[in-house]
Amino acid sequence: MEKTIRIKRFDPESKNPQAYHQEFKVEVEESSSVLDALITIRESIDESLAVRCSCRGAICGSCGLRVNGQGTLACKTKINSLRGSNGTITVEPMGNMAVVKDLVTDMRPFWEKIRQVTPWLQTTGDAPTAEYLAPPDAMTHLNPVMGCIMCGVCVSDCTALEVDPTFVGPAALAKAYRFVADPRDAATNQRLRDLDEPTGMWDCTRCMVCVEVCPKGVAPMDRIMALRSKGMNSGLTDTYGARHSMGFIEVVRDKGILDEVMLTIKTLGLFNISRFMGLLPVAIRSLLHGKLPKPGPFHKPLPGMHNIRRIVDTTEKMK
Amino acid sequence: MKYAFYPGCVSKGACPELYQSVMAVYPKLGITLEELTEAACTGAGCLQEKDQLLGDTLNARTLAMAEHKGLPIMTICSTCQGVFAQANKRLNDDPDYLAEINKMLAPEGLKYKGTTVVKHFLWVLLEDLEEKAWKDKIVKPLKTLRAAPFYGCYLQRPSEALGFDEHPERQTSLEQVIAATGAEVVDFAGKDRCCGLPILTINEPNSMAMVHKHTTDAKTLGADVMVTPCPLCHLNLDGLQHTAASRHNTTIDMPILHFPQLLGLAMGLDSKSLGLKRNIMSPKAALEKVGVAL
Ligand code: FES
Repeated sequence: MEKTIRIKRFDPESKNPQAYHQEFKVEVEESSSVLDALITIRESIDESLAVRCSCRGAICGSCGLRVNGQGTLACKTKINSLRGSNGTITVEPMGNMAVVKDLVTDMRPFWEKIRQVTPWLQTTGDAPTAEYLAPPDAMTHLNPVMGCIMCGVCVSDCTALEVDPTFVGPAALAKAYRFVADPRDAATNQRLRDLDEPTGMWDCTRCMVCVEVCPKGVAPMDRIMALRSKGMNSGLTDTYGARHSMGFIEVVRDKGILDEVMLTIKTLGLFNISRFMGLLPVAIRSLLHGKLPKPGPFHKPLPGMHNIRRIVDTTEKMK
Repeated sequence: MKYAFYPGCVSKGACPELYQSVMAVYPKLGITLEELTEAACTGAGCLQEKDQLLGDTLNARTLAMAEHKGLPIMTICSTCQGVFAQANKRLNDDPDYLAEINKMLAPEGLKYKGTTVVKHFLWVLLEDLEEKAWKDKIVKPLKTLRAAPFYGCYLQRPSEALGFDEHPERQTSLEQVIAATGAEVVDFAGKDRCCGLPILTINEPNSMAMVHKHTTDAKTLGADVMVTPCPLCHLNLDGLQHTAASRHNTTIDMPILHFPQLLGLAMGLDSKSLGLKRNIMSPKAALEKVGVAL
């Protein structure tokens, strides 16, 4: 069958180095992947098309790009599986990265961020004569995160990176979790302290894009949530993020539902004058529009609160 | 159809106009709502960062309350919907986990069997009602109005928990309802991105950059309003839009409507009954385009 593939092209060495879209009509098989189509285009229509690939089997991680606006591996994406696949298929380079040429992006910042989380085992004591061993049961929970092939697709579509390139990002945080949760690693506390800093684990927006696009089931955001939980349980409780999460539980224990004003106070701290001054116009506008949420004692708890409190206290004791 | 109605904290707190607009719209649709007055906050994914077991137990309790009544739950918030969907999936995927949680519900005489269906109001319209039953109520099509959808992450991801495989129409539910109101859908890439609210207190510059980007993009594409099924997105896009604009030294003035407000307008309801005066970014000019006074 014939398909129309619309490719975002960019050649920095051309006379006019502007990105543009170019359409190709290409014959594909029922079972063809997007990568198959791109290779066909390169081999039979336009040999100047730049696309990176190697294994063609979702193992090497080199063919990350965007299909119809969503990050994916070209070799793992079957043309047939695309919604509305009767129409044109748009193929673009990954986002949140500089484009080298056409569909090839510069992965150097990606690798720098991976290195930033010290992606190797840090142990203490004498080195063993062979491998550092761990019982299989203590490692199997890490299988999904160890399946990461460093393709960069999660980084491509990360909504926090879209507005802030300094954020360490989902791939590096998933890699950090892989070592934080490794029973053989001796640097857990230092790792968590580093991740607790600005541009670290608290800058994730919890948008779940990385979970959705990851081709290997790594679920980076779930790992970020686990890092936050481990951080708070290890005593790292003095960030806005930690105070917000812990304050949320306190408010639910107190009222059953959200008390926005109390949660803001618990998060920012009562004497955080500069942040409260920044929020004052927001509060005044809400008041003038008749919708400033009732604070503290005016915010009534739900009926049947004792049941909610019992659940909060029971789960707390189970830790 | 009758539903156990889960209004969520924000429609009872910082966005009362959402609750008001739902109350104005739903009686016209022939559905009945029984509000779950004792149901706890879902945790909004935030409580779950610290303690997922607590979040799942509180949500199992709400799901059990509806199951006990023999009713599906209707939500009006993307975040509530998504958190319920994820919790429901974990509870149904792991019988041991469900049994552990049911032990904590037992003192209250509750037990969750795993059968409660939870649907956002948007999905109720598209999946449960006869098309005629609600489209016939659109007596004042909002022709000439250009509306940009903004879903809220939790109504788009993770697609597995949200049942997109069985219900692919859910992925475009908001566009479908906007189109049904007669308004023109302004498609824009930001529609399924993050509004920035979850990091508002944690990283305000990033949060405001998101508000600025989405509202400006929608404006550049010619939208008169943005429409959202998520009151948490509304809080940031509407309530913090002035802040975002001043941080970026600009004015944006993009009205943000709750989707039941848009639906209500198309059903001929006036702006007062839909609480439109409570929106921070005034929709006056957009309403004038469709002949409605604010
Ligand atoms: S070519 Fe190796 S992952 Fe796609």
